Amino acid sequence: METQFVTSRLRPTLAAAAACAVLAGCATLPPPAELDRQAAAMIKASFRDEGIAKVDRIQQDLGQAACSSEQPPSDEVADRIMQEARAGVKWPSGGVYLGDWREGERLAQNGRGMTWTDPSTAATANGGNCYNCHKISEEEISHGTLGPSLWNYGKNRGITGLDSPTAQPIFEYTWMKLYNSKSYNACSNMPRFGHFGLLNETQLRHLMALLLDPRSPVNR
Amino acid sequence: MTRRTIAALAGVLGGGLAGILAGAMAGGLALLGTGAAWAQTKSAADGIAEYRKMLEDGNPADLFEARGEALWKRARGPKNATLERCDLGKGPGVVKGAFVELPRFFADTQRVQDLESRLVTCMETLQGFDGAAIARTPFGRDEQNNVTALATWVAAESRGLRFNLPTGNAEERRFYELGKRAFFFRGGPYDFSCASCHGEEGKRIRMQDLPLLTKNPGDGVGFAAWPAYRVSNGQMWSMQLRLNDCFRQQRFPFPGFGSDVTIALGSYMGVNAKGAQSIAPAIKR
Amino acid sequence: MADPMRIRAQMQGDKAVVRVLMSHEMETGQRRDAAGRLVPAWFIQDVTVSLNGKAVLTVEWGPAIAKNPFLQLNVKGAKVGDKITVLWKDNKNDTRTDEATVS
Repeated sequence: METQFVTSRLRPTLAAAAACAVLAGCATLPPPAELDRQAAAMIKASFRDEGIAKVDRIQQDLGQAACSSEQPPSDEVADRIMQEARAGVKWPSGGVYLGDWREGERLAQNGRGMTWTDPSTAATANGGNCYNCHKISEEEISHGTLGPSLWNYGKNRGITGLDSPTAQPIFEYTWMKLYNSKSYNACSNMPRFGHFGLLNETQLRHLMALLLDPRSPVNR
Repeated sequence: MTRRTIAALAGVLGGGLAGILAGAMAGGLALLGTGAAWAQTKSAADGIAEYRKMLEDGNPADLFEARGEALWKRARGPKNATLERCDLGKGPGVVKGAFVELPRFFADTQRVQDLESRLVTCMETLQGFDGAAIARTPFGRDEQNNVTALATWVAAESRGLRFNLPTGNAEERRFYELGKRAFFFRGGPYDFSCASCHGEEGKRIRMQDLPLLTKNPGDGVGFAAWPAYRVSNGQMWSMQLRLNDCFRQQRFPFPGFGSDVTIALGSYMGVNAKGAQSIAPAIKR
Repeated sequence: MADPMRIRAQMQGDKAVVRVLMSHEMETGQRRDAAGRLVPAWFIQDVTVSLNGKAVLTVEWGPAIAKNPFLQLNVKGAKVGDKITVLWKDNKNDTRTDEATVS
């Protein structure tokens, strides 16, 4: 934090705001926009690279910046975020949505990846972190409540078989949600697994199967 | 690890009978499985509550407290001086009650400082240590261990008192505002902010309850529960280390020790916790 | 020499409740370090608690006891002013003795 000594020569408003910002004993807080700027500068200056976690990680994209306050973004901004998210979704090759639900359960249990103590940013090194926030199977009682329960996810949506009439749109919706959660919720709390390359196509297919395969324990 | 109750027979040589009940209980006992069979006998939440109750006695934080008190009173460093003239905000050498008023503004450094950065300031000015070198030292090594022990003891000297951070100084108010903005800052490959986990009432991650930190979360919770001894890894964690590991789990880059973002977040949480009773140094899973 | 133990001994009715917190790493010998090497076993094997110089409890521990162990016992027949002594010895033959007065 730098210290500045302000003389009376400086131009009033901006100088007063700047002066109040750095000198102790001023009665007023800087205006909100100035505080926003100071907070951004403080965050930028407070972090350093460590392992695979570099400081460029905290350069915000629109979806992050617009969701960084107690107030939600305007409808216009929210729409733009969601449209950009949907436009960036990469569909699975060959239109194959489902993988192996057993692998999906393993991924859902795995909370590793992308921290500065993890060895690589490769998707294959990452887990889905799903149980941290969601109830998924009935057997796993050690689940979080930050996200909604996914118990009976496929069953509740009428997925009794891979060729159910409701299957295709639900597969697409679920894929988009996993790939980029901001597709349907501009300020979603859920990481954007496909968008940031946290999980690859194969891994996403396994999670899809966990949620949607009628044989998955989630849909019993 | 399994719990082992050791029943020992007393070898008594004269002088009256000694009836013995010896329960050997070390921190780190894992009593719970997460399988369905266990869940049928008692709920997971009940089991965890029982485990936490058992841990309350014999908190290994006591050992760090004792070490911290000794360090405060021992002449050390290039200046071969003690820390007994250190000003933690209530005057040189006043330790009781200091913890529940931090972070706060300090006129001599013209900065808002938290407990640990203030301890490093004192180690530098009174004892001649290199503060920047201490800040660069990883947690769990060298002088950082001493800072942790000192912070544990200083916190213990305010045990039971209620948080009452001063906000009369404009810098204190400014840091609160900066801390609030940092709290809601979404970033990194997971889009996480502090608020992602600590922004709603009644949430948990896996089985770990998450206090809502935008307001006073209650006595002995959140800001009022650190420093704490973590049984799962046998480590004494200060608030700086708690924030550091939060940022690691958020998939952020590394926050500097005593950096402004860590102090601002302390201001935000500490002011929000006004009136909450401190239980530090506490014990955690 | 290890850090001192924290010993509290307080009368409750006709018995003294003695609580001991020991500072010790208690390595099981099965843990691996960051480089993958086994961390050698290092743990307290014997603890003796004495009342006024006479042993009232002897304990044999193994690697299942966790780091910074806590031991609690009730000693019948103790009274205020009595001396409680705790001695531990680990598998490296290191030893530590601390004492407290029953209050």
